[in-house]
Amino acid sequence: MINSKNVDTATICKLTAFELREKTLSGKLTAKKVVEELFAQIEEKEPLIGAYLTLDKEGALKTAEEIDARVKRGERPGLLMGVPVAVKDNICTRGLRTTCASKILGNFVPPYDAHVVERLRAEDAIIVGKTNLDEFAMGSSTENSGFKPTKNPWDVRCIPGGSSGGSAAAVAAGMAYMALGSDTGGSVRQPACLCGVVGLKPTYGRVSRYGLVAFGSSLDQIGPITKDVRDAAILLQVIAGHDRRDSTCAAAPAPDYLSTLDDPIAGVRIGVPKEYFAEGLNKEVHQAVEGTIRTYEGLGANVVEISLPHTMYAVAVYYIIATAEASSNLARYDGVRYGYRASSDGLISMYSRSRAEGFGSEVKRRIMLGTYALSSGYYDAYYLKASKVRNLIRQDFLSAFEKVDVVLCPTSPTPAFRLGERIENPLEMYLSDVFTIPANLAGIPGISIPCGFTRDNLPIGMQIMGKHFDEATLLKVARAFERETDYHLKRPGDYL
Amino acid sequence: MSIIDRKTIDHVALLARLELSDKEREIFTTQLEDILKYIEKLKELDTSRVEPMAYAAAARNVFREDEPRPSIDLEEAMKNAPSRAGDFFKVPKVID
Repeated sequence: MINSKNVDTATICKLTAFELREKTLSGKLTAKKVVEELFAQIEEKEPLIGAYLTLDKEGALKTAEEIDARVKRGERPGLLMGVPVAVKDNICTRGLRTTCASKILGNFVPPYDAHVVERLRAEDAIIVGKTNLDEFAMGSSTENSGFKPTKNPWDVRCIPGGSSGGSAAAVAAGMAYMALGSDTGGSVRQPACLCGVVGLKPTYGRVSRYGLVAFGSSLDQIGPITKDVRDAAILLQVIAGHDRRDSTCAAAPAPDYLSTLDDPIAGVRIGVPKEYFAEGLNKEVHQAVEGTIRTYEGLGANVVEISLPHTMYAVAVYYIIATAEASSNLARYDGVRYGYRASSDGLISMYSRSRAEGFGSEVKRRIMLGTYALSSGYYDAYYLKASKVRNLIRQDFLSAFEKVDVVLCPTSPTPAFRLGERIENPLEMYLSDVFTIPANLAGIPGISIPCGFTRDNLPIGMQIMGKHFDEATLLKVARAFERETDYHLKRPGDYL
Repeated sequence: MSIIDRKTIDHVALLARLELSDKEREIFTTQLEDILKYIEKLKELDTSRVEPMAYAAAARNVFREDEPRPSIDLEEAMKNAPSRAGDFFKVPKVID
């Protein structure tokens, strides 16, 4: 007999996805009970945090009941059986509103599921709802949402990071067990860092982007946001692999990430790039990340200083490449086939007015910058130049990976900042992504994991970057740190 | 010397099919100027012998057989249409 009283509410919300699935499989919990407890948590915390744009309680309960019936029948359980997952609202969910936090898609209901959403369903996950983001994933604080800002669960006066701020805040506040985000310049890793959870950006091509609303097509990747590294490995396992509907998706099958997760890391070579510890790095972040080096040395890793000499050019390159690609990708929002349409009597003015009324100011700013960079007479000076420097940045990493297996550095130069602090100054906001952008430009994977707290009790995160398609080493090195420390077990104090 | 003036902003807005308010024109002129000035730092680097990088993954063409497969149903595809006439998306008159 199933006895739900075996596990109390507080314990249920604190479980990792892996632990939750074990408890459901062994009959200590039902999926229905899990969903009910989760929505009780959401009803209490969501008014303070604002992580979600759409919640699907009815759909979640229905899926939960189906899963419970299947468990009873003894069917093969999926990797995420009964696990409630939140999905960033720029990833299409069939029949469930997908807005990109933009008024231009305010009523858009996708007729199909993204590849990653199909994979979640195939592995018996329960989709809780759609999370808030900076409009079209453009931003580092989730303040650029066309609907509302999201607050950091550790301090509601602070931003949760962005653009996947809703996903990171939902996981940190126990309002989802896992979440999907997308990362074009750090949008999974930076909010994970600022919310004290784990965020992984896979190698470019590791995960299909079919059904992800395109922002910067040579940079975008979908990645997991989770409570610990094991959950990140599980979620990556679920979403990684070939899909013919995304021509940039790698043909090579994904390895078994879980089988090597707990391997020892003695002898692993860790490179620490001196350029990432320069001026502008917050002192407490600096100290915390330096502290991790001692932990790794204690585990037998070889830590060496390396140089990635073109690091200082990454933000400039990114804001040409990403905006150029965005200006092209966002040309499709013209009010003709779907999305917001402004009233107008001419076709061109209908386009221009729909876009004027539908897009927020950061999106307009980036469309303008990208259009300028691609316009006649400026292409060579901006886009071509940036593409060349991008190659130099990739070469930096390729040379480094001849000497080391992974690169270790801070994820964000500062802990979470206050709402409104950087919103008036776009360039200052762009510099928030200085440590995460290089991995997108080079196409390599990167993971952010918790590695400390400031005196004000705000989370600090470190980033580990690895070779193309070597997520297995990345996860193993991250997991080794997690086994030695308890930062990942800490949750915002007041939420239970 | 400024990189961007109001005339350039108006031209780019037209290319981007964005109707801007006077206030937006003013703000964007200043902000894009600041951002482009920051980007000028790329000029420090000699890239005359560097190939441009187009994609993060190895560039290769992806071929497949051109086989018909089922796709989204017409009604389903029209559901999000802001305005329709029969099986068509309706737009303002284009030709007089």
